Amino acid sequence: MITESGHFALALALFVALAQSGLGLYGARRGDDALMRCASGAAVALMLLTLVSFGALTYAYVVSDFSLVNVATNSHSAKPMLYKISGVWGNHEGSLLLWVTILALFAGAVVLFGRHLPPLLKARVIAVQGLVAGAFLAFILFTSNPFMRLARPPLDGNGLNPLLQDPGLAFHPPFLYLGYVGFSMAFSFAIAALIEGRVDAAWARWVRPWTLAAWVFLTLGIALGSWWAYYELGWGGWWYWDPVENASFMPWLAGTALLHSALVVEKRDALKSWTILLAILTFSLSLLGTFLVRSGVITSVHSFASDPGRGMFILAMLTAVAGGSLTLYAFRAPALKAGGLFAPLSREGGLLLNNLLLSTAAGTVLLGTLYPLFVDALGGGKVSVGAPFYNAVFVPIMIPLVAAMAVGPLMTWKRTDLLGILSRMKFVVAATLLTGIAVWVLAGGRLGDLASAGGMALAAWLFLGSLWEIGERSMLFRASGPEVVARLKQIPLAAWGMTLSHAGLAIMIVGIVGSSAWMEERIQNMKVGETAKLHDVEIRLDSVSEVPGPNYAALSGTFVLLKDGKEYQRLSPERRQYRQPPRPTSETAIHSTLLGDYYTVIGEEAPGGGYVTRFYWQPLIAWMWAGALIMSLGGLVSLFDRRHRIGAPQGSRKS
Amino acid sequence: MKRLILSLLLLTSAPALAVDPAEMLKDPAQEARAREIGAELRCLVCQNQSIDDSDADLAKDLRQIVRERISAGDSDSAVKQFLVDRYGDYVLLKPPFNPKTWLLWLGPLGLALAAGLVGRAYYRRQRREGAAPQPLSAEEQRELERIMKDQG
Amino acid sequence: MKRRLAYLLPVLVFLGLLGFFFRGLFLDPKAIPSVLIDRPVPQMDLAALPGRGDTGLKSEHFKGQVSLVNIFGSWCVSCVAEHPMLMRLKAEGVVPIHGIDWRDDPVQGMLWLQKNGDPYTRVGTDPPPGRTAVDFGVTGAPESFIVDAEGRIRYKHVGIIDERNWRQTLLPIIKELQK
Repeated sequence: MITESGHFALALALFVALAQSGLGLYGARRGDDALMRCASGAAVALMLLTLVSFGALTYAYVVSDFSLVNVATNSHSAKPMLYKISGVWGNHEGSLLLWVTILALFAGAVVLFGRHLPPLLKARVIAVQGLVAGAFLAFILFTSNPFMRLARPPLDGNGLNPLLQDPGLAFHPPFLYLGYVGFSMAFSFAIAALIEGRVDAAWARWVRPWTLAAWVFLTLGIALGSWWAYYELGWGGWWYWDPVENASFMPWLAGTALLHSALVVEKRDALKSWTILLAILTFSLSLLGTFLVRSGVITSVHSFASDPGRGMFILAMLTAVAGGSLTLYAFRAPALKAGGLFAPLSREGGLLLNNLLLSTAAGTVLLGTLYPLFVDALGGGKVSVGAPFYNAVFVPIMIPLVAAMAVGPLMTWKRTDLLGILSRMKFVVAATLLTGIAVWVLAGGRLGDLASAGGMALAAWLFLGSLWEIGERSMLFRASGPEVVARLKQIPLAAWGMTLSHAGLAIMIVGIVGSSAWMEERIQNMKVGETAKLHDVEIRLDSVSEVPGPNYAALSGTFVLLKDGKEYQRLSPERRQYRQPPRPTSETAIHSTLLGDYYTVIGEEAPGGGYVTRFYWQPLIAWMWAGALIMSLGGLVSLFDRRHRIGAPQGSRKS
Repeated sequence: MKRLILSLLLLTSAPALAVDPAEMLKDPAQEARAREIGAELRCLVCQNQSIDDSDADLAKDLRQIVRERISAGDSDSAVKQFLVDRYGDYVLLKPPFNPKTWLLWLGPLGLALAAGLVGRAYYRRQRREGAAPQPLSAEEQRELERIMKDQG
Repeated sequence: MKRRLAYLLPVLVFLGLLGFFFRGLFLDPKAIPSVLIDRPVPQMDLAALPGRGDTGLKSEHFKGQVSLVNIFGSWCVSCVAEHPMLMRLKAEGVVPIHGIDWRDDPVQGMLWLQKNGDPYTRVGTDPPPGRTAVDFGVTGAPESFIVDAEGRIRYKHVGIIDERNWRQTLLPIIKELQK
């Protein structure tokens, strides 16, 4: 009964979504308040209907209703409750339902919190959201319905891939979707602005919080996925440039650019048509990711079954959304008036540089991801584009970006004196050079260590430069204590957020450079009682025992880490054999310190007795996750800025 | 990041941890070379994974063959060529620079140049359509310097 | 006018991409073409299966007549599905089929053939790391190669041989080569 109501709500939602877009667009065109209010009502109804539908599917998973194909193929009665629930979005159909539910939530939020939005803009935004939701609902209902019944329900389900039965991955997709779908808001605002033919500072002020929120979620989602790959896959890696990873990274790059260019629109009324284009591209890249992952066009190892029929549908959707909006852009954008003037060396100039570099980066990832398809489609056979390619081309784009990031916030609007800034930052310049030299010497002073020394210097430059900006604002070390405090209090939250995010990236770079430059790996066969060396510890295999789990049996090894002969830490990695589906996984055991992670993996028993064991010393890697968290935190802090509070009265003061 | 899923699906027998101690070369320098080469070779049945990261049987075979070639005295490029002769360029995760991949390797540079052109066009248009920002007057310049001195 | 064209650029780029995506829906990203077409079969000297009575498989066995090489193994699930087709082809006698027992214990391989039938003219064993299979550019089993009378590889077939691909693809190539 509950399942049927979920199915019914989903079907009804399609019609409500279509009504929502029709009423919104037509009402705005006619300037008819009643029609526009109906569109708002439809958006709220859509939100409730998708929630009902999502709730019904979740219920089916919770009670293990195996009469649903979707539940039977993806769940199992013996699964822990957390993974029964996360199983809802651990498959193609359920994840799409989550996607559309989030989309409806965002549209509903516009209605509920957008009281101060101009009614025409609001109606059009809601209409565009309805259009996108309608397309997704049709996709779900016609090709990927999660409410399909089985004539003869099995006694138990197939179970969820054990690799996905992990707290990190349970929350990875919702965050990712909150990010992807959040960018639909920027997209809807952009389309509404194109229809209206007007983009101004107020528009940018409304777009920014949505974009910022989406960016925070996407950053967290990507970091969570990467963290999961690090501790779950057991290879010590955290980013593989897999098409699926790229699919989430491209919208992140474009969204980051959008976040910065919207700032120029808000503050200086410039870069308007560019910002609109970025908003369209960011969401289009989110959709493209969906297409690539679910159509089977690009080889990836993603678990979603790919299917050309679905591929065709998503392609049609992509054509409608991206093609339609870019066509609209081609006709309406030239009419947007150019705004404030600025010199290349200025805050705006810096933000433009940021945008150009981020776009280049996004374009590069897109090129690498699609290149095998290009060659194949033109009859050139198969080529592989793997991590070595991306590592080679991505770093050179990032270096100028990070270098400019430290100075950008110190630049003044309109025009700036770069040499003046640099001379004020003497201390930062000196500290950067010192860091580089110190790292180089400590690393061994070889030619090959120059790259890691340069990376660390860059991180120091960005970190200190970001703090320097706050220092200058507060006249730290120059004004009296109370005055500094007073000045610090006056710094808007948005500025604190920016500093946090930039410094967070610097911290992340420390982790990336450290772990890729100085990682140590030990692979060996160990019997109980034997020891192996790793970095500054000796690791002894103390015991191996069988441990039962809720839906698996595990082989658990206990390693004792000895520092200078004394016990320092105990780690117990496991090798699990899941019962349904019957697959082995390895659970790593990691001891994290600020200096680095001790990472241990145990394998199966070797033919000659003993166990295959794998240890990694991952220097500074904790900095990477910490940096990613701080970046998101920065976004969150900015979000709480008075000026960004959703529904804040327009025309608030400028910083 | 989800590469293991597929490699597990494709497995025909019980998986071993990728790179088994039993298959490693005695000479650490040669083993290091083998690892470096392995990281650049595609595990053909797992699609986006290197043979070093893969648990698949074929990856294990290829790792052993790479080590045999190294022990036989082949150079790094000869080892890679050995596999390219059998599996094509597809086996290389880092595509070689040839007419088929010119666009790939030069693409990022092209994109950067295009971005530079877009930037230049923007400033040119801005200069054409509106007056460029006025240079500072002498008085403003002095004022600016004074502020600078105060702050620096 | 020139400026207007610049605004058209994004949608034009997108349309270009769309063409590729559309084409991509009908391509199989997992199908890897062989680079060995028209090249001589690899040098090999594979041992025979115990008790089968042949002398194994050598490169010179491919000279003189068109043949089909089939990669199989007792561990290979799909090979069981393919096997009846190979038995039928043997009965029809269109082309001699040589087998390469890949990554297998020779005893297991022989038992498997005794159980499922033996369609092969000659069988060689290629134990791990399957050097000959790698020389053939094999990625999985079953895979089959058509070799011409000069001992050159002319066609590679990935996956199970069934009625359809035999009639439509493999047989015409073999007939052509046998002329």
